[in-house]
Amino acid sequence: MKKFMSLIICLSVFFSAFTIVASAEEEIVLNVYNWGEYIEQSTIDMFEEKYPYIDVNYTTFDSNESMYSKIVSGAASYDIVIPSEYMVSKLIQEEMLAELDYSNIPNYKYIGEAYKNLSSDPENKYSVPYFWGTVVVIYNSAHVDEADVADKSLSLLWNEKYADKILMFDNPRDSFGIALTKLGYSMNSDTDSQWQEAAKLLSEQKPIVQAYVMDAIFDKMESGEAWIAPYYAGDALVIQETNPDIQFYMPTEGTNMFVDSMCILNTTEHQKEAELFINFMCDPKIAAMNAETVGYATPNTEALNLLDPEITENELIYPDEEYLKNNTEVFINLPQKTQMLQSTLWTDLKIISAEEGAETAAIDWIDAFCIVTIAAGGITAVYFFIRNTKRKKLWKQ
Amino acid sequence: MNKNSKGLQRAMTAPFTVWMAIFIIIPIALVLFYAFTDANGSFTFSNILSIWEYRSTYIVSIELAFVATVICLLLAYPLAYSISRMKARHQQTMVLLVMLPMWMNFLIRTYAWMTILEDTGLINTLVKGFLSLFGYEFEGFAMINTNGAIILGMVYNFLPYMILPIYTVLTKIDHSVIEAARDLGANGLHVFTKVLLPQSVPGIISGITMVFVPAVSTFIISKLLGGGMTYLIGDIIENYFLGNTGEVNYNVGAALSLVLMVLILISMGIMNRFDKDAETSGGGLF
Repeated sequence: MKKFMSLIICLSVFFSAFTIVASAEEEIVLNVYNWGEYIEQSTIDMFEEKYPYIDVNYTTFDSNESMYSKIVSGAASYDIVIPSEYMVSKLIQEEMLAELDYSNIPNYKYIGEAYKNLSSDPENKYSVPYFWGTVVVIYNSAHVDEADVADKSLSLLWNEKYADKILMFDNPRDSFGIALTKLGYSMNSDTDSQWQEAAKLLSEQKPIVQAYVMDAIFDKMESGEAWIAPYYAGDALVIQETNPDIQFYMPTEGTNMFVDSMCILNTTEHQKEAELFINFMCDPKIAAMNAETVGYATPNTEALNLLDPEITENELIYPDEEYLKNNTEVFINLPQKTQMLQSTLWTDLKIISAEEGAETAAIDWIDAFCIVTIAAGGITAVYFFIRNTKRKKLWKQ
Repeated sequence: MNKNSKGLQRAMTAPFTVWMAIFIIIPIALVLFYAFTDANGSFTFSNILSIWEYRSTYIVSIELAFVATVICLLLAYPLAYSISRMKARHQQTMVLLVMLPMWMNFLIRTYAWMTILEDTGLINTLVKGFLSLFGYEFEGFAMINTNGAIILGMVYNFLPYMILPIYTVLTKIDHSVIEAARDLGANGLHVFTKVLLPQSVPGIISGITMVFVPAVSTFIISKLLGGGMTYLIGDIIENYFLGNTGEVNYNVGAALSLVLMVLILISMGIMNRFDKDAETSGGGLF
């Protein structure tokens, strides 16, 4: 009886979790797939309050590529995705997006002209800009000398003085973008030799890089584990709130500007509800709330007026138009041939490190680890041996 | 009667046969299919041949997994032995303690190691703080983002899979056999090499397989604890399937994992040759 009861309790614990989900079945579920740490959570609650029959299922990704492979594999179905511009153009080329019905998105009028007619979606048929921003160089001013950052150059990322304290994007598009810019080429270059040069530059940087990471840049910079990293301006501002030593600058060589846009996949069964969601996110009040939390620049002109001027006047988030025009570049979808080259070069970069970089860095403490283990084994063996000889002596006596 | 029981036997194995067909045979067939075709679906050897580019990665993966397996074996055997010689009650507690970490999610455990090993992590902070009491300036150990950290992650995560099968075979060894060996004048070393070790071979072999196989194909440990500085073969396979490098290519990914599977099968075959006499006693988990 006791066993039976405990079985019942176990089962009920498991199934109660499912029944809660099941009771909401009659609602329309809207699957939204967005970057991590990229929304004010309460705006979703407000949307669900306004449209009680819509249930938002919100999930996140950490790179455009992982989002792409997830939707291509068909492992999950999403209604709304919020990728960056080059991924938008890739999705358009591969006919995966639904044409938007702008009569359902009246708030589209608040989107600034500068963010319409982007090269990724020249006719504004498929995407509504959500946030935009730039990649900046962030550093820990407690450890990095002012003299080294005076020229606001990308070469800080190659400064051997800070070996093992530098982070780099674990994403070929971003990392090659930085290397190509440093060399003075376009990030969208399709010249093989320029990519080769960039790969060489990255492999020179490899020995002084602490780690190749994406979202982990946030934690590692915040805790002081690393001192220098390229990162997205909005997140950099959020780190600054908890670690005031963190400073950042726009590199003079230029940098990547990105525009993340809301799109509807053409596999959706709830296009109308998805458009309601996009419209809701473009509402100036909501967009302003969102911008305040997320820290990135909003393309919503009306929302700008609602924001604290301290934010809108911050040149790192809303850089002056001169810089934007001359020094920033938007990624465009690379030709197939260049994508393949990028993939090979990136893999080579990672493999080379395994052969050369690792040995110098790791050998001493692998050895220490082995010695400790073997020593422990040896001590145990000696102990048993001594105990046995003692016993033998006793036996003889 | 006999016929009936055979029919019953078949009926009982049917669910597993269906399960195997759907979740083991078909996926392996798919891997084979992708490995020998190109993007258009026509037959090709080029995927398998392109593996040559990644030979150094295979070597690194096998090297790290090998070191991790050896360390696991060295740690697990004495522990399994001492557990098997304890009172039954204590044995239960110890086995529970071995299994306890496995109740937590694999990723969380690995993330925890990140915060322990980091330059500003637990170990370095403690050691630095301790030495600064005596006025020493200490730079700290460079532990995270090294191959050593990857090996540590493998050892930590897979150690229970080594301990449990060895423990299972050791408990099955009758203690009177050891006593008999002693009576016949064998010393500790002899008892170990002539009595304990031969009888525990099946457990050791299943332990080695269960540690080596997941260790050689891991990708998340190298990413989290290795900081993306060392690519293991699992990382490359992941990249080809998820397109992290901008290229989604199931064919090369499948070829890479096929070669890995074949390598593992070969090494298992070689190891099983050592296990000829002891087939009946079983490792408990295989």
